[in-house]
Amino acid sequence: MSDAALSSRPRARRAHANRLQEYGVYVAVAAVLLFNVAFTSNFLSLGNFRTQLVQVAPIVIVALGMALVIGTEGIDLSVGAVMALAAALIPLYLGYGLVPALAMALIAGLVAGVLNGVLVAYVGIQPIIATLALLVGGRGLALVMAQGRLVDIHNPAFLNLGSGDLLGIPISVVVAAVLAVLTGLLIRRTALGRRIVAIGGNRSASALAGLPVRRVLVTVYAICGLLAALAGVLATARLGAGDPADTGMLMELSAITAVVVGGTPLSGGRVRVAGTVAGALLMQLLYATMIKHNLPDSSAQMVQAAIIVVAVYVARERSGR
Amino acid sequence: MDEMDVPVLEVVEVSKEFPGVRALDRVSFRLRSGEVHALVGENGAGKSTLIKVLTGVYQPDGGQLLRDGRPVVFGTPIQAQRAGISTIYQEVNLVPLMSIAQNVFLGREPRDSLGLISRSRMHAMAADLLAGYGITEDVRRPLGSLGVGAQQMVALARAVSVDARVVIMDEPTSSLEPREVETLFEVIGRLHRQGIAILYVSHRMDELYRICDQVTVLRDGKLVHTGPLAEVDRLSLVSMMLDREIGEVRAHGVTSFGEDRHAAAETLLRAEGLSSRHRLAGVSVTIRAGEIVGLAGLLGSGRSETARALFGALPLDAGSVVLAGKAVRPGSTSAAISAGMAMLPEDRKADGIIPNLSVRENIVLAALPRLSRYGLVSRAKQDKIVDIFVKRLRIKISSPEQKVSELSGGNQQKVLLARWLCTQPAVMLLDEPTRGIDVGAKAEVQKLIDELAAEGMGVLLISSDMEELIDGADRLVVLRDGAVVGDLRGDQVTEGGVLAALAHPSETEGDPDE
Repeated sequence: MSDAALSSRPRARRAHANRLQEYGVYVAVAAVLLFNVAFTSNFLSLGNFRTQLVQVAPIVIVALGMALVIGTEGIDLSVGAVMALAAALIPLYLGYGLVPALAMALIAGLVAGVLNGVLVAYVGIQPIIATLALLVGGRGLALVMAQGRLVDIHNPAFLNLGSGDLLGIPISVVVAAVLAVLTGLLIRRTALGRRIVAIGGNRSASALAGLPVRRVLVTVYAICGLLAALAGVLATARLGAGDPADTGMLMELSAITAVVVGGTPLSGGRVRVAGTVAGALLMQLLYATMIKHNLPDSSAQMVQAAIIVVAVYVARERSGR
Repeated sequence: MDEMDVPVLEVVEVSKEFPGVRALDRVSFRLRSGEVHALVGENGAGKSTLIKVLTGVYQPDGGQLLRDGRPVVFGTPIQAQRAGISTIYQEVNLVPLMSIAQNVFLGREPRDSLGLISRSRMHAMAADLLAGYGITEDVRRPLGSLGVGAQQMVALARAVSVDARVVIMDEPTSSLEPREVETLFEVIGRLHRQGIAILYVSHRMDELYRICDQVTVLRDGKLVHTGPLAEVDRLSLVSMMLDREIGEVRAHGVTSFGEDRHAAAETLLRAEGLSSRHRLAGVSVTIRAGEIVGLAGLLGSGRSETARALFGALPLDAGSVVLAGKAVRPGSTSAAISAGMAMLPEDRKADGIIPNLSVRENIVLAALPRLSRYGLVSRAKQDKIVDIFVKRLRIKISSPEQKVSELSGGNQQKVLLARWLCTQPAVMLLDEPTRGIDVGAKAEVQKLIDELAAEGMGVLLISSDMEELIDGADRLVVLRDGAVVGDLRGDQVTEGGVLAALAHPSETEGDPDE
């Protein structure tokens, strides 16, 4: 009953927390780069940069979709399974040509996303549960389609997607960069983008302002599914084989990590595209650094976990408005 | 029956302060054994705070509680319960997934000789107990499988079976069917005969006069009146709640433009028989161009619900809305908006502003489709429209990019008004447009409403501020218990008129359904 109980927390502390969340991820990326320049041999080579970027590209693509979903106060756990579906479908349809195979994989991602969106927006299931269903079922379906096998791919046009260059830059990196720019434009400049953020910020107010809340939610999950399928295609092309058992394994966690570390709050209402890209880069660079310094995989994972905890803590500091 | 000597529970000069608000200011009253005592007051009167003090949720800053004449201190709700004070809240506070019997005996389950819970005894005892409350369902079923009314009965049975001497009921009938209300009243009658004191909080006049013996009226945290209900007629009760003198009302504040200056204007909006279970029972409203129609009524009378129903934000069981000659698809806010309606919601924070977005984005939110082409939003058009409304409404901001959550309440309200004005609505539904904003902003908003009406917009105005309604509205529709009980025009638009309509008893028990 008392509106008067306003919290007036110290402004300086809040501003500090804001800055940390705003720029922390870029500072961290710069710090890891500097560390490597100083202490890691052969770090400053073109080949190494290529490798790092090629490895991070699928994570960035998936994380962009994830950032949109998280911006609506949702989450999509099914992205890894959708990648596996794409990995299973590509070898099945490559016989009909490159375009039909790509189309089938992308359509599968779109359908999966729409399904998630309908479950969340129309049926009213919590996003974490709705997408959990597809996390489990999607990979199962992919394995059934591929009959549980890894299928080698020999189509040169398709393999070129994984190993080829465009203007000297690996194709998957170009795709990720273009998509990052498009997602940034989507969020900043389009009605859809502004609606996504508004719905994440205050769903009931958005509905009362006449926003097509459910349609927007379905669209967002559809985009996320589509991007995940695309990432699955690129991963398959790079591997040179359709491997539904391993493609996109734990990708949902990497993507969510990239988004959160990049400063997008899990409570929705804000989407940071550049931050998400930087978040994915940071996790990738950290991992590579530790591997290069001969830390075992298990220690590397623990460091990653620590980073996530710090990122969530910083985000929490802010959301206590 | 007369145990006039020592009240079961006495409240002596109790005060409670919150930062900036004096929620209770030296309130005293007595609750005697076997009486049904009505506690009434409008929003912010201090009823909830008082209940929380009585049940040990809040500690009073001053004053005393006497239980059977002895001073008591309730540090926690458990202590209050042990002292025989049970409470039934508006929302059922039980565990829906546990069985009915488990809920009744939660925390005091009957044990067998080994100290284990004896299910068979628990079930038998629960079935026995609940039969007295009209509940014959299998007590092993989960509580959640019962209707809300039956759940409330379970809560009541639980409360009373804890050896309660005092039962506090906070709006117990708000979610009950008429049949369930009857059962509740029977139970209350029985408790009454058993000598249990009941503190009954409700806004429904008819109920109060039916079952209560005593009444205590609170207003702005102060005790206004306490005494036998029979000595207070409805009109005086309502005027005490609203702080209005019955005599003075005639002469006051009528902006009389004679009988219906809008009679000639076209009817913009016509709503017929809006009905929604427990909320609205066939409300009909018309709004003409340039007319400000006020919705008057006490808390819980269905004012906000009427606005939400018009706007398609409340699921309707029946009723139709016609705007400018065209039927508006029910249950869809976007249909209402494209038909030309706009609504300023009552709860600015929860339903209005989008806190993380800027002033600019909050303003253009509803108008996005008109500001964009091929899905791309034109920044130039946005800036132009934002500039126009920031100037027109004199919104005080450091820049349009400032976050809306940093603004004062009054400026946030202006941002929301701007959001709707840029959709150029034909009818605006304003739910408490000036609540919680400072005096200056309040005057500006009221002036703006007049200007909009003068430009031909139809306005529905909801306000708990009686003066605002009477000064602002051309016509008043008075609501009670989700139904229209008065339509005041011209020089009938007075406080006396409103009070009379509010206090007038319901004509018939069983309203012919529409």
